[in-house]
Amino acid sequence: MAPWVPLAVALALWLWSAASGSFDYGRRVGAGLGEFAIEMASFLPAMFILVGLFDVWVPRATIERHLGRGSGATGVFWVVLLATLQAGPLYAAFPVAVALWRKGCTPANVFVYLGAFSALKVPMLTFEVGFLGWQFSLVRTALSLPVFVALGYLLERLLPAAYEPPSTANGKGS
Amino acid sequence: MIVLGAVTLAALVLSLLADRRKTLAGVRKGVGMFVSILPALVGVLAGVSLLLAAVTPEMLRDLLGGSGPLPFVVALLVGSVALMPGFIAYPLAGVLRANGASDPVLAAFITTLMMVGVVTLPVEARFLGWRAALYRNGLAFAGAVVVALGMAAVLG
Repeated sequence: MAPWVPLAVALALWLWSAASGSFDYGRRVGAGLGEFAIEMASFLPAMFILVGLFDVWVPRATIERHLGRGSGATGVFWVVLLATLQAGPLYAAFPVAVALWRKGCTPANVFVYLGAFSALKVPMLTFEVGFLGWQFSLVRTALSLPVFVALGYLLERLLPAAYEPPSTANGKGS
Repeated sequence: MIVLGAVTLAALVLSLLADRRKTLAGVRKGVGMFVSILPALVGVLAGVSLLLAAVTPEMLRDLLGGSGPLPFVVALLVGSVALMPGFIAYPLAGVLRANGASDPVLAAFITTLMMVGVVTLPVEARFLGWRAALYRNGLAFAGAVVVALGMAAVLG
């Protein structure tokens, strides 16, 4: 299905609700669309520019040394730290993950990064503590960290040794 | 978000001062990636908006507030399919808890919400490849079950 079809349908429903004033489903579709638009506009442009700059400035050897084969626990520490300091939806982390992967970060560290990004972001934790309390947050975080580090290593073992992200992720060439 | 903007701006200025040509190449690359993924992403997000609007907070409250294993299973499934910004998800979790959802159920919901993205799979696959994307989502789902069971064991 062409990507503009759901967008056109959503916009039409929203306009219909705005015109009729009494179409609740359409109003909620519009509200959801608005939230996603705000979230995307706040995070994605900056994220992609940073990934582009990372790509031209950071030498492959640096990433290989700190996050590559043999980086061990220190490598895990760095990717977790990097992820927790970020904010935004998980789909904003995929370009970063691929950029790290291409520069020689091990797949395990790439997936630990994605796990930490989705479960342990500090800006998100402040939200969580506010609405669910520090006890909930503390236990969930303490349980999530070892689980997602283990899953990162498991995932690396499951993928073929020569597995690489597709080149379509790279925009124009590499 | 303000921090991200400030960091990006600082990086951009530093990079421009150091090497203009390199900076342009980097920005062009970033913008190229953004533009190439944008249509797919917009389509997915519009689709999620259509889907989520059909589920009202009242429905979730009724489904997740009960006792027994059913709210747990529903939380895992809804969390896997749905996609919500954190500033929507946490207030909602607060409301769900006030209406009787237990902490393990909330942990299952939040963990799958953040880690598992069934509807964003096509976007994820463009970056990581189908195989890695499917494995990552499957394992993340299993991880969410482990975390939720751990929550039940610790918090009771």
